[in-house]
Amino acid sequence: MDAAAELRGSGVSPGAGYGPVHVLVGSIPEPAPDSRYEGEAAAERKRAAAALERVADDLEMRGAKAGGAAQDVLGAQAMMARDPGLEVGVAELIDEGIAAPRAVFEAFGKYRDLLAAAGGYLAERVADLDDIRDRTIALLTGLPMPGVPETAAEPYVLVAKDLAPADTALLNKDLVAAFVTEEGGPTSHTAILARAMGVPAVVGCVGATLLAQGTLVLVDGASGSVRLSPPRAEVDAVLGAAASREAALASVTGPGATADGHAVPLLANIGGPRDLESALAHGAEGVGLFRTEFLFLDRGDAPSEEEQEAAYRAVFEAFPGGRVVVRTLDAGADKPLAFLPPSGEEPNPALGERGLRLFRKYPEMMGSQLGALARAASGTSARPYVMAPMVATVEEATWFVSAAHEAGLADAGIMVEVPSAALRARQLAAVVDFFSIGTNDLTQYAMAADRQVSGVAELQDPWHPAVLDLIALAAEGAAAAGKSCGVCGEAGADPALACVLVGLGVTSLSMGSPALPWVRAALSRHNLEQCRTAAAAARGALSATSARAAARAELPGLSDLGL
Amino acid sequence: MAERKITVESEVGLHARPAATFVQTATKAAMDVTIAKMGGTGAPVNAKSILSVLALDVRHGDTIIITADGEGADAVLDQLAAIASAT
Repeated sequence: MDAAAELRGSGVSPGAGYGPVHVLVGSIPEPAPDSRYEGEAAAERKRAAAALERVADDLEMRGAKAGGAAQDVLGAQAMMARDPGLEVGVAELIDEGIAAPRAVFEAFGKYRDLLAAAGGYLAERVADLDDIRDRTIALLTGLPMPGVPETAAEPYVLVAKDLAPADTALLNKDLVAAFVTEEGGPTSHTAILARAMGVPAVVGCVGATLLAQGTLVLVDGASGSVRLSPPRAEVDAVLGAAASREAALASVTGPGATADGHAVPLLANIGGPRDLESALAHGAEGVGLFRTEFLFLDRGDAPSEEEQEAAYRAVFEAFPGGRVVVRTLDAGADKPLAFLPPSGEEPNPALGERGLRLFRKYPEMMGSQLGALARAASGTSARPYVMAPMVATVEEATWFVSAAHEAGLADAGIMVEVPSAALRARQLAAVVDFFSIGTNDLTQYAMAADRQVSGVAELQDPWHPAVLDLIALAAEGAAAAGKSCGVCGEAGADPALACVLVGLGVTSLSMGSPALPWVRAALSRHNLEQCRTAAAAARGALSATSARAAARAELPGLSDLGL
Repeated sequence: MAERKITVESEVGLHARPAATFVQTATKAAMDVTIAKMGGTGAPVNAKSILSVLALDVRHGDTIIITADGEGADAVLDQLAAIASAT
């Protein structure tokens, strides 16, 4: 196999995956306004009608497979593709000499404008209409279908420039062998999603979207290698090794601890009750980050206290006697809520009215969330911890903690993600019950590198010694006050960095559930002194890359795990 | 030419599922069926076209006029009227 038959990126979700490439097409280009066809109008009309019919059939088939509400939605989309008015519109344009793809584009455009102008529910149907239009044009022009395939004969390797939540909402985990994206870093949506799904992933892989559809590739989500059309023997060897690694991981069970018995509770990051099954299956000792946004996003009104209470109770009940750390609503900026509008236009959303800052503006929202949490916990034996995101000052921390205590929640803490909070950890630790470090945002703010901007991806690396220094400050400040200091960012999911964090004084680690066995195994192979030595070596380095290398040199047990 | 005037009772108007059911039923009819919105500016549109029906933007409480011509027109319009006036 020659060296050219490999692409490289950053491995962000360990494991090996093999399958045919499916390049995700973001959007179908608009057919040129002057495009004409050669040949008979009747044949061109027939071509257009057949494409529309095939799109309709496909939508119906997917609906029948999905059942329930999705069947209604897809069935209605199929009716749109079969719309007689549309068919007439397309035929008339073709009769004027316009090529079928352009005719389809224009005929859809007429209805698109009508629906968009009506606003509300109808304006939302514009996206459905665009989807049908793009599918039809893709068929007519031979372009790959837009969107993620929902059915496939064998698991495929999903390749994209980058993945947006909308692309992945319908993703079927059993059909995806691996993710490969051209953009993105370790905290990109793709990386987080891949780890949450337990699917191998390589990001920042230049040239990936130029791969031909169907090329067989072997993806190593730890090393970042993407091998093109590898020989069968290599595939078998790599997949076999991955399987035996999984088995080695499965053999380490029980609560998280270093080799010499220093306990490090390993907790799960969850976005709602639906993530509980995976958390329990991977041996989570509790929940270290319960993101409550899922209840609030994508709706026009605030959820009632009763609705909130029921959702929170489901999580508390899953961990009887265990800890459940709930983060209050982290909305605003890039996660805007219709019912909590910000004060005005924000040129830098990451620095705007988000997290606790939004609660300062809407204190009744905080009251209702804290009240619902207190009531949800009251009937269960779980230990509820509540924390606020985006805390920058002692005054904010005091305000939140007293509100939580007043609501009947005894353990109230803050996220340490703004550098000012890490720098003033000692003062903050005196007024809160615990810290939880959000390494993704802490890295973004410490390095002044927006997580949404891929051009600064290299700066969004939690291995930067400046970030490690801030984490150490936070952990030391908490320890001095006898408070706990966890990490609930993606950094905790990196087995090498997890050991370093423990060496820095972090007392618990929370992560996407599939990473738990890896981190548990990595910790169990090193003692606390090795973790401290690795942490010191990393902080002594001059760059993220050399920090990683210096730490790894002190953590010999990682190579046993193929990490 | 048979005609019916119906007040739409569905909460969601003639959108979503009621619109789909309405168009599916009209599509089964052998003859042309049209629908117009009272007080609307546009001409009657093809009741077999989901996009045209949606674009009328018929809301709860709006009145629509449906017409059909030919054998069985009354039966078709009765069926459509029942769908449009269902809550």
